[in-house]
Amino acid sequence: MRIEVVNKIETGDGREAAVQELISAQFGPLIERIRVVDVYCIPDQLEPKAASIKTIFSDPIVQDWYIDQAAALAFGKDWNFAIETTFKAGVTDPVGITASEALWLEHGKEGHPPAFVQSGKQIVFYSRIDLRDEQLRDIAKLLHNPLIQRSEIRSYQDMASGNFFPALYKGVALGNVEDSLFIDIAQMNNDQLLSLSKDRLLALTLGEMIVIRNHFSDPKTQAIRAHAGLVSKISDVELEMLAQSWSEHCKHKIFAAEVDYRESENGKIQNIKSLFKTYIKDTTQELSAQRPDLRSVFYDNAGVVDFDDQHVVCFKVETHNSPSALDPYGGAITGIVGVNRDILGTGKGAKPIFNTNVLCFADPSTPDQDVPKGLLSPRRIMHGVHEGIIDGGNQSGIPTAAGGFIFDESYLGKPLVYCGTGGIMPREIGGEFSWIKHVLPGDLAVMLGGRIGKDGIHGATFSSLALDEESPSSAVQIGDPITQRRVRDFLLEARDLGLYRGITDNGAGGLSSSLGEMAQGSGGICIELEKAPVKYPGLSAWEIWVSESQERMSLAVDPALKEKFLLLARQRDVEATVIGSFTDSGFVDLKFNAKRVAYLSMDFVHEGLPAMKLQAVWQEDLQKRKSLGALSTKDSEHTKSLEALASALRNGVQTWQEVLGHINVRSREDLVRRYDHEVQAATKTKPYQGINQDAPSDGAVLRPVSGSQRGLSVTHGICPRVGDDDTAKMTLMAVDEAYRSHIALAGDPDKASLLDNFCWPDPVFGPDNSDGKYKMAQLVRANQALQAACRAYNLPLISGKDSMKNDARVGGKKISVRPTLLISLMGIVPDVRLTPASGFVSDGSIVYLLGPQSDALGGSVLEHQLQKQGTDHLGLAPDLDLIAAAKRYRRLADAIKKGLVESAHDVSDGGLVCALAEKALFANLGVDLNVDSLLYELETYYQGQNFSEEWLLACVLYGEGPSRLVLSLRPEAEAEFLAQFIGLEKSYLNRLGQVCSKNHVSISWNQTGAKNISLSLEQIRAAWKLDWK
Amino acid sequence: MKSSKVKTLVLTGYGINADQELAAAFEQAGASVDLLHVKDLLAEPWKLAAFQIIGFAGGFSFGDHLGSGRVLSHMLKTRMKEEFQAFLNKGNLVIGICNGFQTISKMGLVPNISGKIEPELALVHNTSGHFINKWVSLKVNQHNRSPWLKGLGQMRVPIRHGEGRLVPGSEFVKNAIKDLNLAAFWYEGENPNGSYQALAGITDPSGRVLGLMPHPEASVHLDQDPCWPNVFGAHLNSSRHYPSSGMRLFMNAVEFCRNQL
Repeated sequence: MRIEVVNKIETGDGREAAVQELISAQFGPLIERIRVVDVYCIPDQLEPKAASIKTIFSDPIVQDWYIDQAAALAFGKDWNFAIETTFKAGVTDPVGITASEALWLEHGKEGHPPAFVQSGKQIVFYSRIDLRDEQLRDIAKLLHNPLIQRSEIRSYQDMASGNFFPALYKGVALGNVEDSLFIDIAQMNNDQLLSLSKDRLLALTLGEMIVIRNHFSDPKTQAIRAHAGLVSKISDVELEMLAQSWSEHCKHKIFAAEVDYRESENGKIQNIKSLFKTYIKDTTQELSAQRPDLRSVFYDNAGVVDFDDQHVVCFKVETHNSPSALDPYGGAITGIVGVNRDILGTGKGAKPIFNTNVLCFADPSTPDQDVPKGLLSPRRIMHGVHEGIIDGGNQSGIPTAAGGFIFDESYLGKPLVYCGTGGIMPREIGGEFSWIKHVLPGDLAVMLGGRIGKDGIHGATFSSLALDEESPSSAVQIGDPITQRRVRDFLLEARDLGLYRGITDNGAGGLSSSLGEMAQGSGGICIELEKAPVKYPGLSAWEIWVSESQERMSLAVDPALKEKFLLLARQRDVEATVIGSFTDSGFVDLKFNAKRVAYLSMDFVHEGLPAMKLQAVWQEDLQKRKSLGALSTKDSEHTKSLEALASALRNGVQTWQEVLGHINVRSREDLVRRYDHEVQAATKTKPYQGINQDAPSDGAVLRPVSGSQRGLSVTHGICPRVGDDDTAKMTLMAVDEAYRSHIALAGDPDKASLLDNFCWPDPVFGPDNSDGKYKMAQLVRANQALQAACRAYNLPLISGKDSMKNDARVGGKKISVRPTLLISLMGIVPDVRLTPASGFVSDGSIVYLLGPQSDALGGSVLEHQLQKQGTDHLGLAPDLDLIAAAKRYRRLADAIKKGLVESAHDVSDGGLVCALAEKALFANLGVDLNVDSLLYELETYYQGQNFSEEWLLACVLYGEGPSRLVLSLRPEAEAEFLAQFIGLEKSYLNRLGQVCSKNHVSISWNQTGAKNISLSLEQIRAAWKLDWK
Repeated sequence: MKSSKVKTLVLTGYGINADQELAAAFEQAGASVDLLHVKDLLAEPWKLAAFQIIGFAGGFSFGDHLGSGRVLSHMLKTRMKEEFQAFLNKGNLVIGICNGFQTISKMGLVPNISGKIEPELALVHNTSGHFINKWVSLKVNQHNRSPWLKGLGQMRVPIRHGEGRLVPGSEFVKNAIKDLNLAAFWYEGENPNGSYQALAGITDPSGRVLGLMPHPEASVHLDQDPCWPNVFGAHLNSSRHYPSSGMRLFMNAVEFCRNQL
């Protein structure tokens, strides 16, 4: 049965506007109007009664419905063609699942439906132009992703002559279950090993394959296998499990590698045992003496820290870059619901309370001809990822409280999709600390939630490879927030009833990773793979073991509680299946239909992989930017750059407007408003605040415990362009940005924790990666700087992740991302009522700039704006004096705590003039400011340097030197505020002027020839709030 | 004293998201609240009779995959119509917020002009085609005598929906909304989703059933408003929770039921 539903013409359908918007952005005004038809293809087993079709599938008040009849033909003859998109067989179809479950309930049945509804969307087009077939195909391409969806096109004539869309689309072709394959790896030569790895998408290196060969050639291994009734050959299940467990994605081999680091200029040499251990783990270890609030770091899914006496909080950020490059919507939604599961599986299980997303794309207006064949256009990627984040967060009921959008041409090959989730747990659950979990021998191994299909096979190994034209579509999955929502509700209920002991999520590597990891608690595991529920028959043992099908958790359940656990699962419509048990055998023991298919020692799986050895060479001649020496001086030879700068400053107002409208500065409000940022009613500081709700905040502040004013801050720092100079500076600036925002939000300077998420281009030197050693050196320097910043600011790193192969190879060309580090901060705000506004609040308040001026413009938005006009870069990026900054932040935190600061906003992209513009929007209050003190500071600080006037002024107005904030305070608080900074060297506190009720932001100076630039609030809004369509 | 508390039921499960904060708002207003899974209520429908107020919270019940609130309303209506009729006959209160409003309007509990519990209005995709989260000002219909609205002036509340455009089912319904003063709230200064007459909320003729798209349960502290502190003046230095406009709605309901006890 085929049901078609469409909104009545007089009602219209808001979705039409959204689709039109998409099409006209890409093709211009081709289409007059459209209509959207929802399609449901219903298998016989689920056919409903006519009466319930009306209410389940349509809203009779505003919709018409058609049963086995084409809605489009009822529209008349004046439409031209229709495009119908459906999911390919085997791809998760959340609408179809809901429809099937609703119908199954309607039939009075419970549990897993015997067949599934296929959902589709049909768009009917009205056009005055006679569109050619290829134009139709281009439009269809825009409306679906061929990797996961199929589309069919019908013209009016087709339909009128009886050529309809299919009544039911093809389902999954059900093959026979293939027996496990046993491979005689001991006899293979190196070439054979390599092709085995490549053919099976294992992403294992020759060295790693040799380790496996050696293990299987070892007589001891062979004896054990013989005893277990197995041949000495390796099974496909075992090989796939090792590939998953040893993947870069799961094992972080680069961060665990031994590195020889060399600086070519000065010959400095350093041997580093492991970046992770040396710069991340040890840093946190060292800080833990002064941080009793750290509860669980590095060992679990997410870092856990104290919130208050009764609660602990946790935070995790993941990336989902490769899947999002192939299927932006599915990749992003899977990213967000995937990291939600990390939180559900932290400790005994935490409740997700916020999401954050930092999304990195190439400019969406990049012309199609500049997008290499085989890659999706940035506009397409951005639109799909954005939609995925919207649905993933909104439908899950978790507020998307913080995040950002970063644009850079280096993300053309792969977008970076950082998805984060924070959670909360009571301090104690069942008389034990909530962050402690157990798995005991004899516990039952339970799979919970969704079923297993072929979707998402090889996700972990795939993300450890560069993207190329033949990337596998099975590596893509689509998350279903609603199935997961049921899982979550059930889990939190079961947790509080003490119905399970251990828990972790199923992410990369599927059961092989989750159960393999949990088995370390008991010392072994025995699984009967055929017991794991599958979406459709035909999956072989290895596919069941490594599939990354979504919405699944793995649990350890005390056998005595089995019945209670399973009963509650049934009551909550969540599928739970006992598939084996945890043991202390020391082996991963897998059976499929009573036949043993894997018997791997736990030691070999988890410790068998030897550390890599990598070379890192810091070559200054490879730095993309160098000091321009005399660029900044009056007699510079770089006259072209200087002239461009001078001209930009002469057109002061225009340049200011251009910088405000720069893609990395302009308002993201339209994009962010589509996220639900305050479900759960705990988001105190929202992304945009103020009288018109259009002034940006520095981060989010949540008030997660009802009745308490204690808050949680969530902020980010990311500045990839600065890495062109030095990734060490990039790292310092990112940490500073996140910490500075935390301080601005009234955060406790000693109660903040960081997550580090590195997204790097491949840093392993090889024949097709000639600058690998330099990229590795960039990674080393970033880690060294991270350690320095964490020490200075008292910021332990509580969790992190790295994604090390962010390269795309298309048409013989490699596009690599700029080395990118996202710093995410979660901190305590002792009293949310003390959080200052981000913008100016009252007339007459005094405006201060806190923090030093920098003489560098490298990596700034102004620089990029000039580069777009053909100028060279502007030299080095700003430096940061960590120790001085840390001291200033403490004094500022004291002043905020005493209620002396009315508003605080950090100076970042676009520099001082952009920060001021944003502040003015908050309450529609202007400012009259003078920046002579800043010019003077720059001149005196860099004594002896002969700065050009343009350079000085550009640094003051547009410089993005770190550790600066614009503050405002009431005049009566000024004396006490200043007293907070007495005795502090390098306080860099400059009084700029006063807030006024005039409708402008006016900045003047006398130092370099009296001048003034001014923008009205209307001009600011017009320049800054550009359309994202 | 505890036995005299007004008993409120808030439904949970199947993708209902804002149940916890709705329960917290009722509790703050002095009610005792039971959170009950939809499935548990369907298994034991007679449980409904123990409550004076039922709250349908926002969220994405069944993902709104087939249309907002559709599957949930279908389940409740086909299996519990009599229980809901009896619940209304006793003079009890119902509130449906956002997805809850979509659910109770599809069940026919609001506006229920005919008294037959049949759907009379629809809530469809916003005219922009996009989900939107922002704070709005609501004008309250001073002619609507609903117990929920007593003493309410302007309200500041967030909207968070993709399908909030209110469409009356017929001219009869439009006329009844006007003649019977069923409008509860109008969006002020803008019409963020294209609703008929900028309607944000509506009651049944008795005023005891209220459905609205905005989220009063997310507006229980003054400083939840992103316009704070501009709208309300300087920083709040006291730790006292001021009942803000959203809170007032729940206090009204609890007070009304307490007087009925």
